[in-house]
Amino acid sequence: MRDIAIVSSAQLPSVREMGPSDESELVQPVVTKALEAAGLTMDDIGFVCSGSSDYLVGRPFSFVAAIDGLKCWPPIQESHVEMDGAWALYEAWVRLLHGDIDTALVFAFGKGSLGPIPDVMNIQNDPFYVQPLGLDSISSAALQAQALIAAKKATERDFAEVAVRSRRNAMSNPNAQIKGEFDPKAIMKNEPYIASPLRKSYCPPLSDGAVAVVLAAGDKARSLVKRPAFIRGIDHRIEPASLGARDLTVSVSTKLAAEKVGVSTGKVDVAELHAPFAHQEIILREALGLGDDVVVNPSGGAISANPIMAAGLIRFAEAAQRIHDGSASRAVAHATSGACLQHNMVAVLEGE
Amino acid sequence: MTERLSAPYRLHYAYTRSTGPVIGRFLDSLRDRVLEGIRAADGRVLFPPTEYDEQGRATTGEFVQLRPTGTVTSYTWVNEPRPTHPLDRPFAWALIKLDGADTAMVHAVDAGKEKAMKVGMRVRVRWAEKATGTIRDIVCFDPISPIIKTPVDLNYFVRPGEHQSQYLHALAEGRFIGGRCRVTGRVYVPPRGATPESGLPTEDEVIDLPDTGVLTTFTVVRIPFEGQKLTPPYVFGAIVLDGADVPIYHLVSGIPYEQIRMGMRVRAKWKPREEWGTTLENIEYFEPTGEPDAPFDSYAMHL
Repeated sequence: MRDIAIVSSAQLPSVREMGPSDESELVQPVVTKALEAAGLTMDDIGFVCSGSSDYLVGRPFSFVAAIDGLKCWPPIQESHVEMDGAWALYEAWVRLLHGDIDTALVFAFGKGSLGPIPDVMNIQNDPFYVQPLGLDSISSAALQAQALIAAKKATERDFAEVAVRSRRNAMSNPNAQIKGEFDPKAIMKNEPYIASPLRKSYCPPLSDGAVAVVLAAGDKARSLVKRPAFIRGIDHRIEPASLGARDLTVSVSTKLAAEKVGVSTGKVDVAELHAPFAHQEIILREALGLGDDVVVNPSGGAISANPIMAAGLIRFAEAAQRIHDGSASRAVAHATSGACLQHNMVAVLEGE
Repeated sequence: MTERLSAPYRLHYAYTRSTGPVIGRFLDSLRDRVLEGIRAADGRVLFPPTEYDEQGRATTGEFVQLRPTGTVTSYTWVNEPRPTHPLDRPFAWALIKLDGADTAMVHAVDAGKEKAMKVGMRVRVRWAEKATGTIRDIVCFDPISPIIKTPVDLNYFVRPGEHQSQYLHALAEGRFIGGRCRVTGRVYVPPRGATPESGLPTEDEVIDLPDTGVLTTFTVVRIPFEGQKLTPPYVFGAIVLDGADVPIYHLVSGIPYEQIRMGMRVRAKWKPREEWGTTLENIEYFEPTGEPDAPFDSYAMHL
């Protein structure tokens, strides 16, 4: 199998409200910057794939409008997933395995500022049994958090600690949105429950943001940058959509994907986990078998910046960045999709 | 740079969906207030029913009727419902396993307050008045209380007898009367057909008594109970009217309950005259007169 690596990435700093910028205005800056970092132009790119959801902004075919942010004449090879950009990266990885092209561009964007996001997320629920009830994304996550507490696998204090540590880490990330020193006790004392046991601080912010990642195969990757982040394994698994048919306190799909990519076959230096809600990090750590020695979410994670549909691909960009800069030799990147960690992707990235 | 524009915008798709043989039958049964799960290939009962189980195996086609009761397996409390939520007051989202089902469904529980929710609690379906053949035919679930009402409700006559009748007639005129024991001379309120000291009726001539007296002892009622007319805490006390030797019992109020004390001088607070009848309920409660408390020794013999 070909060695395929992440060679560069770029992000727009996540903000609560980016103002009136359209899709191409989100995409163009990150694509340009990521290509520049790899010393490439659009003409050098063999395949383009993007991840986004039209429902976020309520505009059909907004993903097509995003192509305006690329130079796409002469016509390019392009694809799109109506999912987080991490799944676009997976498609690009598969495409590169074909062997006829050496480079791919992956990008993702999300605008949470234009619509009723918790209600928009209900559209991914079962259309017969759940959607008509109006089960918003915070409420479904809260059912999972409550189950975790009831199973005595975590306490609310643990949720607060995850949020506080993440937002402390975010202080060194120029692209993070919520950052600073927070006090777990003050959070538990002062913030009302949105949906018990979730307080605002255990939930992700609403964010506008975008990310682009450049992939290259084998020696092409080695020729472009000093230290490519080679994808040693990548796998994604999905569970039933019905919340009532799953044990919400564990992530079977993450565990299986981690086994397939061999997370435990070597020391993990750093892990970027796509856990929009604080309690989900606790579930993911267990599923991935990460010990206390692993640095988790040095970027601050999705709880510090959550442009939906980009936040998973951002985990890949952040994990790769630790390889590029030499601070890590082996990193785990994770992305999730669906309600309550229904669908999970795990990858192992390594430097040479 | 020109001003960049912004405007509100509503996205509406008038989608319809075909429901198929399993979901369609389930939703249609809801119109008749019937709950049906389906048997999976491994024998489990899936509720709500699906055509395939989570292993991808076709279900058996055997529908299993379930009772409208179940158990909460997880929940979250929502203090501020969103407009899209099924209830417009604070409620719980819950995973509910119906009795006889092996999988849980998501729905709302109208529990009133978060403290009423716990994992393992029992709930019952509340049906919509007007059926639509959708999951919203279940409005929500209601908690099932482990306590049932078992009232005793019988209709009798009260015939209070001569002495009691005299007393009640006096009350209807806003007066208290007592009767003196023929042997000890002690004054009983109300007058009695027999005093415990003598075994004889009190004297024929009744004694007028004032509506003031001493609170000899009292209790603070703090526990709510079925059929209670007042909201706890409230005070019930023994009052020896001035000139009487035995107490009557009534509510004591007019000051915070923690300031109520033995020996306190009290006076009846009468309801408006037009509400009077032959009943002690003519008095709303006894309230402090503001006079100095009676010394303990002055009422100790009445305790």
